[in-house]
Amino acid sequence: MKCKTCGGKATVNMRQHKLALCSTHYLGWVPEQTARFIKKYWMFGPDERVLVAVSGGKDSLSLWDILHRLGYQVDGLYLGLGIDEGIGYSDESHRLSAKFASERGLKLHVVDIEKEYGASIPMLAEKSRRGHGRPCSVCGVAKRHEMNRIARDMGYDVLATGHNLDDEVAVLFANTLAWSADLLRRQEPVLRESDGLARKVKPLCRFYEKEMAAYALLRGIEYIYEECPFSVGSTSIYYKELLNRLENERPGAKLAFYVKFLEAKKNGLFTPPTEKDFILTACPKCGQPTSGDGLCSFCKIVGKAG
Amino acid sequence: MVKLTLRNQQYEVKPGMTLLSSLEKIGVLPESVIAVRNGEMILEDEILKDGDEVKLVAVISGG
Ligand code: SF4
Ligand SMILES: [Zn+2]
Ligand SMILES: [Zn+2]
Repeated sequence: MKCKTCGGKATVNMRQHKLALCSTHYLGWVPEQTARFIKKYWMFGPDERVLVAVSGGKDSLSLWDILHRLGYQVDGLYLGLGIDEGIGYSDESHRLSAKFASERGLKLHVVDIEKEYGASIPMLAEKSRRGHGRPCSVCGVAKRHEMNRIARDMGYDVLATGHNLDDEVAVLFANTLAWSADLLRRQEPVLRESDGLARKVKPLCRFYEKEMAAYALLRGIEYIYEECPFSVGSTSIYYKELLNRLENERPGAKLAFYVKFLEAKKNGLFTPPTEKDFILTACPKCGQPTSGDGLCSFCKIVGKAG
Repeated sequence: MVKLTLRNQQYEVKPGMTLLSSLEKIGVLPESVIAVRNGEMILEDEILKDGDEVKLVAVISGG
């Protein structure tokens, strides 16, 4: 297969775009496309300060690399979850994130959950008895809470995460199977800021997972290849595989599912959120907005562990 | 023979097939892996030769 730009040997083939590129042109194409989507979805402007949540994985480190290359003011945030499970998962992902930052002279904020709250994610999950043996629900709550806290306390305009199209489509698929209208309404490339909540953006939401892995490999980014041990057997991985089987037979199916969903929403698929969907109160302990009238989910979890 | 490795799984296929046919043979979805031979990424139409060693990099992650 030949590169569409230069006719040289292609190393990446994107059947959904009928586009094959050589390594050099692919490495140029990805940042170009990212810049296009940042503008298309009104994610942020050149003068805004961006905080990227980095996990040491291929997506978040590539996102940091891309935004830095595009000239944005972008710092990183690494959350130490305290996941070891005999393979030192958190230590290794921290090491790779720190190495990435120092090699490029970038600023990385590090928040260690255990140092901050007296218990790691697996410990918090165990003590609060949420998630039936899997700490993922506690982990999700904690990540959202801490990312938002740091973004606001440090004065960032926007919080960026490395979600790729496969991540988005797996969530979309799960929420469609359950017809979770509330969750479907909120699934967007951009969540605008509101009282106490930072703006959240997903600049990689139009790239396939395979494309992001190709970018990280070709760019020579050292990322953590091992999975978080708790992700083994998760439904999101199951749905991703299912959707890849579909994609294999019908190139472009994943992209169309996502893009058409966003379009359908814009054209009124759901009734727009009403006033009362926005009624949030401040958590009496941490001050972050919550939909209930007591402590937010994160403070409840930390409270049970204390 | 052609050797393919995915995480700690090893597979062997006959030489002379394309990467795509080789992946079908061993039951790995092309969409879920990137194939690397001698440090270079290769595409599905690449013909694999006797003695080739192909590393399959899993691309799916997430919890
Ligand atoms: S797999 Fe679960 S525990 Fe591991 S990082 Fe993801 S959400 Fe957290
Ligand atoms: Zn080229
Ligand atoms: Zn709180």
